[in-house]
Parts: sequence; structure tokens; C-alpha cells
Amino acid sequence: MAIRLEPRGEVSQGMIYGSPLVAVAATLVSGLVLFAILGVSPLDALFTFFISPVSSLDGWTELFVKATPLVLIAVGLSFGFQANVWNIGAEGQLTIGALAGGGLALLFFEAESVLLLPAMMIAGILGGMAWAAIPAFLKTKYNTNEILTSLMLVYVGLLVLSWLIHGPWKSPDGMNFPESRLFHDQATLPVFVSETRLHIGWLIALAVVLTSWIVMARHIIGFQVKVIGMAPMAARFAGFNENKVIWIALMISGGLAGFAGMIEVSGPIGKIQPMISPGYGFTAIIVAFLGRLHPVGVLFAGMLMALTYLGGDAAQIELNLPNAVTGVFQGMLLFYLLASDVLVKYQIRLGPSAPIVFKAGPSK
Amino acid sequence: MIEPRLELTGITKQYPGVLANNNVNLKIMPGEIHALLGENGAGKSTLVKFIYGVQKADSGQIRWEGKHQEVSSPNVARKLGIGMVFQHFSLFDAMTVEENISVGIVPELAKGDLANRITEISRQYGLPLDPQRYVHTLSVGERQRIEVVRCLLQSPRLLIMDEPTSVLTPQEVRELFKTLRSLSEEGVSILYISHKLQEIIDLCHNATIMRMGEVVATCKPENETPRSMAEMMMGANLIAPERPDRRMPGPVRLTVNSLSVVSSNQHGVDLKDINFDVHAGEVLGVAGIAGNGQRELMDALSGEVPVDAEECVIIDDHKVGRSGPTDRRNAGMGFVPEERLGHGAVPEMSLWENAFLSGAQSMSLLDKGFIRTRESADYASNIVREFNVKTPGVENAANSLSGGNLQKFIFGREILQGPGVIVVLQPTWGVDAGSAAAIRQALIDLAGTGAAVLVISQDLEELFEVSDRIAVICEGVVSSPRAVSDITVDEIGLLMAGISEPSSSAREATYGH
Amino acid sequence: MIPDWLTPAIMTIITASTPLVFAAVGEIMVEKSGVLNLGVEGMMIMGAVAAFAIGVTTGSATLAILFGALAGLVLALIFGLLTLNLRANQVATGLALTLFGLGLSALIGHSFVGETFSGLPKLDIPFISKLPIIGPLVFGQDVLVYMSVASVFFAGWFLNKTRWGLVLRAVGENHDAAHAIGHPVNFVRMMAVLFGGSMAGLGGAYLSLAYTPLWVENMTAGRGWIALALVVFASWRPGRAIFGAYLFGGITILQLHVQGFGVAIAPQLMSMLPYLATIVVLVLISHDVNRFKLSAPACLGKTFHPSQ
Repeated sequence: MAIRLEPRGEVSQGMIYGSPLVAVAATLVSGLVLFAILGVSPLDALFTFFISPVSSLDGWTELFVKATPLVLIAVGLSFGFQANVWNIGAEGQLTIGALAGGGLALLFFEAESVLLLPAMMIAGILGGMAWAAIPAFLKTKYNTNEILTSLMLVYVGLLVLSWLIHGPWKSPDGMNFPESRLFHDQATLPVFVSETRLHIGWLIALAVVLTSWIVMARHIIGFQVKVIGMAPMAARFAGFNENKVIWIALMISGGLAGFAGMIEVSGPIGKIQPMISPGYGFTAIIVAFLGRLHPVGVLFAGMLMALTYLGGDAAQIELNLPNAVTGVFQGMLLFYLLASDVLVKYQIRLGPSAPIVFKAGPSK
Repeated sequence: MIEPRLELTGITKQYPGVLANNNVNLKIMPGEIHALLGENGAGKSTLVKFIYGVQKADSGQIRWEGKHQEVSSPNVARKLGIGMVFQHFSLFDAMTVEENISVGIVPELAKGDLANRITEISRQYGLPLDPQRYVHTLSVGERQRIEVVRCLLQSPRLLIMDEPTSVLTPQEVRELFKTLRSLSEEGVSILYISHKLQEIIDLCHNATIMRMGEVVATCKPENETPRSMAEMMMGANLIAPERPDRRMPGPVRLTVNSLSVVSSNQHGVDLKDINFDVHAGEVLGVAGIAGNGQRELMDALSGEVPVDAEECVIIDDHKVGRSGPTDRRNAGMGFVPEERLGHGAVPEMSLWENAFLSGAQSMSLLDKGFIRTRESADYASNIVREFNVKTPGVENAANSLSGGNLQKFIFGREILQGPGVIVVLQPTWGVDAGSAAAIRQALIDLAGTGAAVLVISQDLEELFEVSDRIAVICEGVVSSPRAVSDITVDEIGLLMAGISEPSSSAREATYGH
Repeated sequence: MIPDWLTPAIMTIITASTPLVFAAVGEIMVEKSGVLNLGVEGMMIMGAVAAFAIGVTTGSATLAILFGALAGLVLALIFGLLTLNLRANQVATGLALTLFGLGLSALIGHSFVGETFSGLPKLDIPFISKLPIIGPLVFGQDVLVYMSVASVFFAGWFLNKTRWGLVLRAVGENHDAAHAIGHPVNFVRMMAVLFGGSMAGLGGAYLSLAYTPLWVENMTAGRGWIALALVVFASWRPGRAIFGAYLFGGITILQLHVQGFGVAIAPQLMSMLPYLATIVVLVLISHDVNRFKLSAPACLGKTFHPSQ
């Protein structure tokens, strides 16, 4: 008796939404094992990791702060992934967006204008787009694989950041630390829940989710993206321009990643420092898949993934576990998701085929 | 008593939703050429996969030379002496002829001087091949020879040929039949799978006829007519499409002018100086063997691969050579590509989304960049109703439909947009007989309304049924169209083989018996 | 006269290139079978941490190397089960492998930060290894360097001269045809994936045992990705891959040494060189679509569904 995969007649709607839950459950179980191996009480650890960070209002606002960049980036990546455009360099686009937005804040350091913040947002978006334009140009013009180019540009982007804060942008009054001056209030995102760090970036992220949802479901751009991803020949048949869709996908994902970078430096960080993101650009890849490449799914997945960051911090402080546990959880979650996705298209059968149920006409 | 070489009893296989084989029995004697006849989807290919060990049946027995035998893999089949020539060749483009043969035979045979043995066998059976050539540089006919030589090298006692002639010219078919007859005289059994009736009558000793997964009849082809076998195969009297009396052709609606295209694909065919007109009210058929530029012609006409000069393609007075599909649709053109799933339709998308796919502009389904979902669904429902598409509803995904139903949906989608010109490639490939008849009728009716219809097909019977004029494409060159009443199958055969001026020597080689 | 710096410079280039040779040759085998495993970075970093941890704990270089390979193999096994058995998307699974590997290696390596490993012993033949230039270059390397060079010859021989190599190429070229004539597509691919994983693991092991014999988080620094680019650069040929790897190794060393020569360029800008070079090389190789398509395995990255 062997285990076999049998294609379902049609995609299982239930499993599309069910498999992320299966994956989360499997990750939690594996987490218990992992904590046991690490020598801490598994249940305590799970509580510290997943419950205690959100047991207060403050915790929830921190969750939203962390979820903001994840959701923004993952929504953008979802466009690309649906069109089979594999932008995995969001971390680099985030960095350049942060530098473009933050650079403006340093350039107009003393500015009192209310226009500074909107200008920084635009600069951040444009910065991310510019960084994503390189793989877009190389792919459409020279057929160069965007996975590798966008990824290489992450390292280049991080080195640009390092160069700037060790050199030209180093704070004159910063004891020679490699970081910029603290932004003035005009260049800082307003907080909307007082006494917390929850800034208006979260509201913008929610608006982006809503807009993307509408675009994906009802707009011709969303339709073209989906058709190119599912059946590129059918897209040609319909007259859709594949290069245009590649550009759109990379501009949306690059722009949103750059925006996320600007939000990080102008919101929770307030300056430009060596580490702007703890890998949000990569984690957002998991968020996009976990959210089924659907903006609303991404919203919830982003919050869950934000929780793993908070949980990692809490585990480090309270249980003295290395912060890297977060990365392990995130990787496991994606594995389990990919594994349980098999249930969407296939059913698992033991032994020989099902008994004959009915006769049907010719197969195709 | 002589044991049958192969005997199948009670073979049954259930796929999700389809009973592919139901209690099938089959017996082949040594030296016998046995036809397995049936429509696409009748279960022939499934049955063969069990014999060759590619798949396992749910139940039933295989006896080989009198003994019960499990054929668990193609390696086992090959060791028994079963060889198979696949319909879709199992070849590797980036490898040489020798490597292709080596990888497909038992390791012991692949050792030593394989290249010499290949040359020897190919000379012996009149199948010339150069072992060092790369497969992607070979013609379709030459590729089939690789498959045949691969089998012959293993001295098979049963040779399975799956639709071997669909890629050959009538003249090449005659050569192949010679080879098969001499093999049969040497005692090799041949299982010959086809749906081409005349071929079976010419070649085979016995025939087993399948319909919807079951054996419905067995016969001696020499005692039958194509019509009587066709009736056994389809289970009903044939319906020939009705066509109105020929009228005077109307004005030219589609002009193809000095169309030359260098194929962007390494393995593609270049189009060379193609010229023809299609008139209002006319069906023009383009015959040809697979891989002679049909796809490239379709791409150039649909605009999926625009050409260099605007005047190469003219639709009514619109020069559209350099335009893409959208502009051509706006000029009144519709098209149906060969591949249903993935080209003509998005498999995972619903029928209404697929209706929107090509109807967005002409049916006004787009409003300031937003999809008008209700109108799209109405349009899809219209198609389903008018073209008798069997589906629970327009929310269902395209890949939930059977081949025939999806093809009817795609044709309906194009025809309901009221095209002035329609270009279709292989319109009834892999479609059940009922749907095929409906589609052919729809094309004739569309021409009746004054549209210009261009049908590119490898199915000669189909072309004779629907066309007013027929041209032939061969190596990217299209012959000048001739009225159906003025051209014979023999002449088309020569054109398909690339012999444009029938000379006296070529005349001797005409298709026939 | 031979300048004094030449021999050490070439030695460091070899050191910097060896991890890339391992990973690229392994990935060539994987991709030739039609599988695109983007998780090289993850497998390398796991190889690095496993080798280092075992090396420091046991003091045995042999065990360290073995466990480096084994760690890469285990990760590759996960990849194989997901993509071949459960038919998961290869791109997504490869990314997951990298993210998981980076996380898990950081977790394992946490307690080894600050430790050092003695390094790998070098071949030392009396007299011969002391010959000028070729002495140390040819007869004075450590075992992994020799293994990396041997792996190139092995891969070339295996792919082009053996029946299993022929089958592997056939599977990568047209998996449906290979299946139809009876070759076990998924088995062949799994073997290739496991081989690729152990090779990536060895590449990682070299990093933490010889290149910089200590453990640093993310110490692969994109080398897995560069190895992937090298496969494209090499047109899937092992011989060209070692050439490409040494070229990249050279660039890496160049940027380190230019600073030593007192050139006034910010170190960060010099460090960009290998990444920028990768992009340039990719563009040069892939802009000719037809040539690219002809050398790439035709089924690369496609999921195999046994036909019905």
C-alpha cells in the first residue's frame, strides 16, 4: 500500500484557506519540539513567544508597527508572484527607499514645511522603484533572470547604506557612531495612538491592502497579472503585453518596499542606522505565500509574522533564547505551508484507485 | 496450437471522473498487424500504457506468449520484446540521435558500437539516419525514424505504433507501411493505433474498435468500408455538415501579402513569401503536416508575433501587420489557437473570466479599466446557451469542461463577437465527434453570414468537409489556393511533401493502392 | 623575478573560490536533472555551521567535513520531498530553504560565536611542496581544494560519459519522454538534489573551516546566490564553472587587496564588485535568448506530473 497523490477534479476551495491553518498548527507542534530541544519548557516558551507579546494594548500596537512594513512589501510582492515575476530583492528596495526618504529628511534637516513628510514618502517610493527598475530593465531588455539580479542588488543596497552612514551621512554630533542625525519632528511619521509607537503608516498599509484587493479582483491590471502568471500563452492571445506586466509588477513591489523603508526610518527608527530592517524584505516573501498572494490574506499573515518577531524578542529577554529562533519559525512555517498546499490540488490516497463510481464520456 | 503473442483480459482503469477502460479484451497473434481503432478519448492510449508498463491497470490480466505476466515498467516490457513508437515522440532535442537511442534501450544493448548498429538497421529497413545529428535539427519524419530504429534495435516481437501517420505525408506513409509489412512477415506482431480508417483497411489484418473505454466491435478490415467502421467507432450514423449552395464569393476581407517571418524559435519554421486572399462568405482551408509553419502562420495572423510591414496582413481596409492581437480584434478579426487549455483559455479561470479574456473590447466589458463582471457573466451565459456548452454554470473553471465543450465555448466566444474574419488552427483536434460536427457547422454558418473563414488543419477529411478552397503549407511556403472541386487528395499529398509541380516520376508515387 | 606577493595572492584566490566551485558544480548536476534549487545559500550556511560546530567540538577535520556535507544533504532532502514528492513550487521552496537555513544556522551557531577552528591541514610533501609557485599551489593545498577540483572532473565525466549521466540529462531535457521510456524521473532528480545539497554543504564547510575558520552569522554573504549565477555563466558545464568560480574568487580578493595598495575608494564600494560583476555576467550570458535556451535544460524548474 503506497501513498499516492491523486489530482482533484477541481481545486479545493476549502483547502485554499485551510492549508495555511494546517501549516500554522504544524509549526506550533514543531515549535514545542524545538523548545524542548533547546531545554526550555515548551508550553511556557510557546506562551512567551505567541501570547505574552499581545496580552496588552501596547503589545498590539507594537504588532501593528512590525506588521506595517511586512504587509506593505508582501502586498507588492504578491502582484509579482502572481505574474511569475520573482522579485526577491525587496530588502534592497526597502533599503534604497529608506535612504531616498531619509536622505530628504537630512537634506532639508531644518525645514519646517508640512510638505517634507509627503515629499519623503514620494522619495521613498521612487527610490524603491528605481532599485526594482534595474531587474525590470534587465529582464525585459536582456532576458536576465530577475531572481538573481534583484537578490544581488540587496547586497549592493546594503553596502550603499553602510557607505553613506560611515561617510557622508554620518552624524556630526554622534560620537563617531555610524548613523545619521535624528530626524526632526517634521520628518517623523505622526503617532496616532498616544503613548505608543503606532504611527499612521499602519493606516496607510490598511489602505494599500484595500486598494490592492480591488485592483486584483476587478481591475484590468489585476486580471492581466493573473493571466500572465497562470497561462502566459493565453495572455499573448488576449493581447496583453508581458513586458508591461513585468514592469508593473516590479514597480508596484519595488515602490511599496521603498515606501516601507521610508516608513521604518521616519517612524519607529527616526534616523538612518546600519540595520534598518531585520530582514522584512525576505520575511515578506513568506507573508505573501502564507497570505495566498491575496491582499487580505497578506494582512493577517503579516500580523502573524510580526508576532514571530515580537515573540523572538520576548523569548530572548525572558527565556534567554537566541533571537534566531524567529527565523527558524518563519522558515518552518513556509515549509509546512508549501507541504500542505499539496492538499489544494491533490487528495492523498492510500493504495489503489477508488472503486468505479460512474461512467463518464471520453476524457479530453 | 499457436499461442497468442499478447492477450489482454478484463482490463479496467478508473480515473477521477472517467472510466478510461472497462473490461477490455484484446488478442494479437504472432505476425499479425492488429488495429486498435477509436476516437480521441476512446481509451486506446490508456490501454497501450498498460501493455508498455507506463501505467498500472486497476484490474485485468496480461498474458504474454501464453504466460501470465506483470508488466510493471517499460524496462520489463522491453525485456519481453515489446517496442513502442509514441505519438508524441519521446525524444530529447538537445541530444544526438545516438544518445536518444541509447537512453531508450536496455543498457546491455547500448554498449559497444551503437552508432554502427544504428546505421546498419536503418539501412536494412530503409530508414536513413545519421547517429551524430542533434534531434532539434531533424524533420518530424526523421524523428519518427529514430523511434522506429530504437525499437527495431531491440528485435521486438510486438511493436506498438501510436498514431504514427499523423505527422507523415501520404508518400511517407506508404514507405512506413512497407517497413511494417516486412516486419510482419518476419513474425513481428504489430499493434497499430489509429483513427484513420483507410489506412487500417490497407494495412491491418484484424481490428478492435473501442468507444468510451469499451471494446464495441472486432472485425476484419478487408471486409469493411471506411463508413461501416466509422459507424462502429462513433456508434451513430455520421452527420455530414450541411452547407448552403456555393455562392459567388464576396469581396476580399483578409489579404496576406508577401508575408515572410524568421521564426524566433530555434526549432521553428520560417515563413516564406506567403500570399493569399480570403473572401467574404468563403472558407479557405490550409492543409499540411505538423511542424511546417502552421503555428508561425497562426502567430503572424493573430498578431501574437507581429510582422515587419503593415501591409503584410490586411483586414477589410485595415493594415495590421505590425499590430498586436488587440488592434486586430478591433479591426474585426477573431482567432482560435490550437491549444485550448493555456492558450485559448486560462485553465484555472472561470468561464466568465475566459469570456472577458478576448471579448473585453468588442463586447464592451471594460469600464475605465474595471471589469464589468455582470456583463461578462451574461456574455458567457449567452455562449453557453447558444453553443450548447455542457457546464453547471459560468463560475466553473475552464479546465472543468471536457475538451469538446471547452472548444465549443471558445468558438462561441469568438463567433458571438461577430468577426469579419476568423482564423482557426486545428479546430477539432482531440474533440469528440458531436462537438467536432457542431464546430464545423458553426464555421460554415459563419461564412454564410459573410465572414471570411481561414481553417488551418492537419485533418484532410475535415478540410474537404468545410472548405471552398484549399491551399497547402509546406516548410513555411503556402501553395496557391485551389477550389475543392479541382484538387485531389493525391495532389494535396504531393504539395504536403513539398513537390509543387507534379512531374511524371512524382506521379508514380501518388497516394493510393 | 617572481614577485613575492604572487604566490600568496593566488593561494587566497583559490581559497576564496573553492566554496563557489563546490556549490556551482553541485547545482549544475541538480539543474541538469531539471530541478531549480534556489536554496543553495541555505544549504551552504547549514554546511558551514554544522562543520564548524563538529570541528570545534570534536577537533576532527574529517568529521567536520562529513557533517558539513551531511547538513547540506539533509536540507536538500527536505527540498526534494517538497518539490518532487509533494510537487511544491521549486522557486518558493528554494527560497524557504534559504530562509530556514539562515535562521537555523544562526540558532545553532549562537553558542559557537567567538570560537575558532585550527584550520584544515595542508598537503606537505617534503621538498616538492617547497618548489617555487607550483609547490604550494599544486602540492600544498588542503584536502577540500583537491576535492573541489576532482568534483569538476567527476561531474564532467559523469554527465558526458556514463549512462546514468545520459539518463540524468534526458530527465532534465524532457521528463515526460524520460518517463515514457521508463526512467524513474523523480528518483533521478532526488539523487541529483541530494548530491547538490552535499556539495553545497561542503562549500559551506570550506568557508567555516578554512576560508575564515570561525563562525559568523550569515557568513555565506550571498555566495550561494553567486554560485547559482555561475551555473548560468557556465552554460551548465562543470569545466566552465570552475573557471567562473576562480574569476569571481579573483574579483573578491582584488577588492580586498586594492585597499591594501592604498587606493582611496570606500571599502563598501569595492565590496560591491562581486555582486555587480554577477549582474553583468548574467546579462552577457542571457541576452542571446536562443543560445540561452539551447544550453539550459528544457525542463528546468518545471514540476513533473506523471501523465495519466
